[in-house]
Amino acid sequence: MNAQPEIRGKQDDQNALIVSDITKIFHIHKQPLWRRVLRRPSTPNNNQRQPVTAVNHASFEIKRGEIFGVLGPNGSGKSTLIRVISTLLIADTGTVTVFGLDHIKHEMDVKNMISRVSVDAAFFKKLSPLENLLYGARLYGVTGREAERKAYEILGRLGLDKSTYRQPMEEMSRGMQQKVAIARAFLTSPILLLLDEPTTGLDPRSKREVRAFVEELRDSHDATILITTHDMEEADVLCDRIAIMDKGTIVALDTPEGLKSRLPTNGYKPTLEDVFMDLTGNVLVDKDTLEEPELHLN
Amino acid sequence: MTATALRHELLQSYAFVARNFNLTKRYWGWELVWLSYSTASSLAVTFIAAGASEVTGQTGIDVKHFTLYLLLGTLIWHFMSIMFTFVSEVIAWERWEGTIEYTLMAPVHRWVHLIGQTLYAVIYSFISTLIIGTIMALFFEINLADANFLSALVVLMAGSISLIGIGIFASILPLLYPERGAQMTHIIQAAFLLVSGVYYPISVLPDWLEVAARISPVTYVLDGIRAAIMDNAPLSDMGQYVMPLLILGAITLPMGVWAFGQAEHYAKRTGKLKRVG
Repeated sequence: MNAQPEIRGKQDDQNALIVSDITKIFHIHKQPLWRRVLRRPSTPNNNQRQPVTAVNHASFEIKRGEIFGVLGPNGSGKSTLIRVISTLLIADTGTVTVFGLDHIKHEMDVKNMISRVSVDAAFFKKLSPLENLLYGARLYGVTGREAERKAYEILGRLGLDKSTYRQPMEEMSRGMQQKVAIARAFLTSPILLLLDEPTTGLDPRSKREVRAFVEELRDSHDATILITTHDMEEADVLCDRIAIMDKGTIVALDTPEGLKSRLPTNGYKPTLEDVFMDLTGNVLVDKDTLEEPELHLN
Repeated sequence: MTATALRHELLQSYAFVARNFNLTKRYWGWELVWLSYSTASSLAVTFIAAGASEVTGQTGIDVKHFTLYLLLGTLIWHFMSIMFTFVSEVIAWERWEGTIEYTLMAPVHRWVHLIGQTLYAVIYSFISTLIIGTIMALFFEINLADANFLSALVVLMAGSISLIGIGIFASILPLLYPERGAQMTHIIQAAFLLVSGVYYPISVLPDWLEVAARISPVTYVLDGIRAAIMDNAPLSDMGQYVMPLLILGAITLPMGVWAFGQAEHYAKRTGKLKRVG
């Protein structure tokens, strides 16, 4: 990648990521466009837009080589925060600095340094893992031959059967698709990896494999990792520090042990889940029952 | 731009060409369906010429001339409309597949992205038009002895540039309107079909539609290619068709890329890059 040497030079900065006072407010129409158009202008609440604060003045720093977790209930703003960092959303206030570069002013350089794995594996479902990986690698300037060699290596490392490499993604299980998504992120050697619930839907063995791979990436490839998850055990095991978000606000930020020490022991050692419950005031509920408000985008 | 940077960007453009080729390969069943449908539509329209005398009861109709007129219309329209669809649906495809966020967060300049998409659009449209043209040649007696293919090719290339510019403009719609943007691009395409004289001369249109025809690049492409193929017009006569096309292209291409950038910024500000629609 042509921009890589310059970027690598900036890794000496102690902070891999600085998120400073980020706020993102969405203005959501209460009703779809057609209903707003058909209603008379005099109708009360016509065309009224409801502001929803997805991220509220979030600030934190992630040290180079750190695994930083963000926990929070559904709709707490975790994914919005990751979208802002990955340049897919423009924040209303605040700045994001990746290895010393402002992510708006130096968008292309920042994009070259980061990779993101989202909860939904975003693939061309008719294409095979290999075809998807080659496409992704070429976007980052990796040649087909090099990408193919690395793809075989990473897919094998993640335990995917060779027979699946050339079959359409739609024929693969959700867990296998997620492994390919992780392989794709690793293929471009990111130095900042954004993992948005990467192990959701994976079986325990696959979860362990992914965790091991994340740690290996940090240790062997000097990558910094920001991970969001609902798996408290995963966060406890993987993360050096954890931020807990609720209603768009970071309500706590500490090491896992530091967070747990905030609660009284009461005869047993508090878990991260206890801390989560205490700080968010929410019970962990099924995703289907607590979704973000519906956006009427048209 | 250095040679390394150029190579990097060419590789990125190629990523879209290779991806689209793989998609065509994987969706081969649908490709076959669309090719059959397009061939049948082209044949159906061109058969109108064969039946013209019988329908009107007039014997003086030059059926061969009329056949070639309609045949060129169907083939050129097929080429232009497929190309327009590919370019205008650059975002819609990503939304359907759920890959919009992945593609748009890659370190790829938007013009590099659009060049890759456009290059494949031209290659795909040309090959599919060639296949349909070959099949149609089996059904109709076509005399191309006097055709000037070089003139036709020059007009086609010039027309492609301007239509790509409009296609980029149209591709903004799925960016701004995630749920209905793709359907809106079909309305633009339908308007081109109506006003550009694909199956009839634009002189038969009402005056106000004729004005619209004069700003449609498809009109100049059709007129130019018909003149080259049916009347053996030399390259030197192509200026009247090529110049308006180049002027339109010089306006629509840079403006399209600029407008796309603005729309992308707006979508990022309002959260419309969500993978829905």
